[in-house]
Amino acid sequence: MNRRVAITGMGIYSCIGKNIEDVKTSLYAGRSGIGIDPERTKYGYRSPLTGIVDPPVIIRSMLDRRLRIGLAESGEYAYMATVEALKNAGMDADYLADNEAGIIYGNDSSAKAVVDTHIIMEERKDTMLLGSEAVFRSMNSTVTMNLSTIFKLRGINMTVSAACASSSHAIGLGCIFIRQGLQDIVLCGGAQETNKYSMASFDALRTFSVRTDNPGKASRPFDAGRDGLVPSGGAASLILEDYEHAVKRGATIYAEITGYGFSSNGMQISQPSYQGCAIAMERALKDAGASAADIDYVNAHATSTPQGDMFEAMALNKVFGASRPFISSTKSMTGHECWMAGASEIVYSTLMMQNSFIAPNINFDHPDEYSQKLNIASETKETDINMFLSNSFGFGGTNSALVVKKPER
Amino acid sequence: MKREEIEAIVKNFLIEEFEVDEKLITHEALLKEDLGIDSLDFIDIVVIVERNLGFKIKPEEMTDVRNFRQFCDYMESKAGNQ
Repeated sequence: MNRRVAITGMGIYSCIGKNIEDVKTSLYAGRSGIGIDPERTKYGYRSPLTGIVDPPVIIRSMLDRRLRIGLAESGEYAYMATVEALKNAGMDADYLADNEAGIIYGNDSSAKAVVDTHIIMEERKDTMLLGSEAVFRSMNSTVTMNLSTIFKLRGINMTVSAACASSSHAIGLGCIFIRQGLQDIVLCGGAQETNKYSMASFDALRTFSVRTDNPGKASRPFDAGRDGLVPSGGAASLILEDYEHAVKRGATIYAEITGYGFSSNGMQISQPSYQGCAIAMERALKDAGASAADIDYVNAHATSTPQGDMFEAMALNKVFGASRPFISSTKSMTGHECWMAGASEIVYSTLMMQNSFIAPNINFDHPDEYSQKLNIASETKETDINMFLSNSFGFGGTNSALVVKKPER
Repeated sequence: MKREEIEAIVKNFLIEEFEVDEKLITHEALLKEDLGIDSLDFIDIVVIVERNLGFKIKPEEMTDVRNFRQFCDYMESKAGNQ
């Protein structure tokens, strides 16, 4: 069995907007969501730059206490994104009660919950004072264990932890479950916490930009003057559905996911590899039955680190050097949404495809010798996109690429 | 601590922390069946009591506690031991 996979719902909660409509406007306008978090400087960070995400307020009328208290920060973002995704998929509680749906979500930390637990244990020396919610907030699977309970999901239920490629792989795996006929509906996505505990160890690697004089200019993927990434977060949710199932129930089909490619670099833990990136992209194209020339737009992983962007530019030139599709990294606006990025960038790119524009790679002022070979959209382009490819790469050399096309009318 | 004070404190955290409808809280109200307090909630009651009253209670000592009155009896015995 090799069924087709439709996207029938999308939800987003990010530093460039708390819903699909606001995010679309921000993408078109090239608006940066980056700012300064003074708490990070006090805490000992080298860089206080971050995507500024307003924490959602989840009140009693939205969720009762038991469902609410297990949500860590990442879970709160994921809940908000999922409410939106289910709403525009036309799936309410009654629908989910009558139809089995699964969840595969990308998440790779829950730092604040772990730190909070540690503080209580250090001060009180008694696990009985941790409360019932500590364990449900602090595990990597915090998002899926909470959302599956909240939305009463009864299908596949698991978290994918694959560093900054987590949620791209989550979508890829969701596609496999649907293609093989194991599930008709899978909620996929990614969540990323933004509290000061979450990124301290990442800051230690000196990979964050320190361009604090103008935060909106700090994230500059592919630009010769880039000095590091800006961490960010939030959550993105997508409803993946068997294409025929979606047609049958009269759902709006936003896009079709046609290809998933993956690879592992098999090298040093933080070392990117252009070969690894290229293998994932080529495998995704092959899976989609597409050629490089079919791709109108590439949403690059490019985080604004000197090395990572260079290797991705080399890989993009290898795969797309002849066809030269438009390329942009939306991380220029959002910063690096890490565990969430694979899913959020499918949402961003699908919004572009729906609305016939390419969001700009802002701050791309001066190409370097590698990025000058690419067709990077430094300004918003009004153009049709029929098929796009989205890259996500992570520590440990994990690579993922997804190919998505416009639904047939 | 007087019995009335203990009952007021317990009633208050059932309403405020566990979102129990005040009208349901009677002496004979069953904690699980009537007030919706489950096994995980008992873990949280330990934390709340310690925070508000300064002493520790143990879920394993409450195996025979079924209703609001019995819970207040248990709380009274623990408070009396402080």
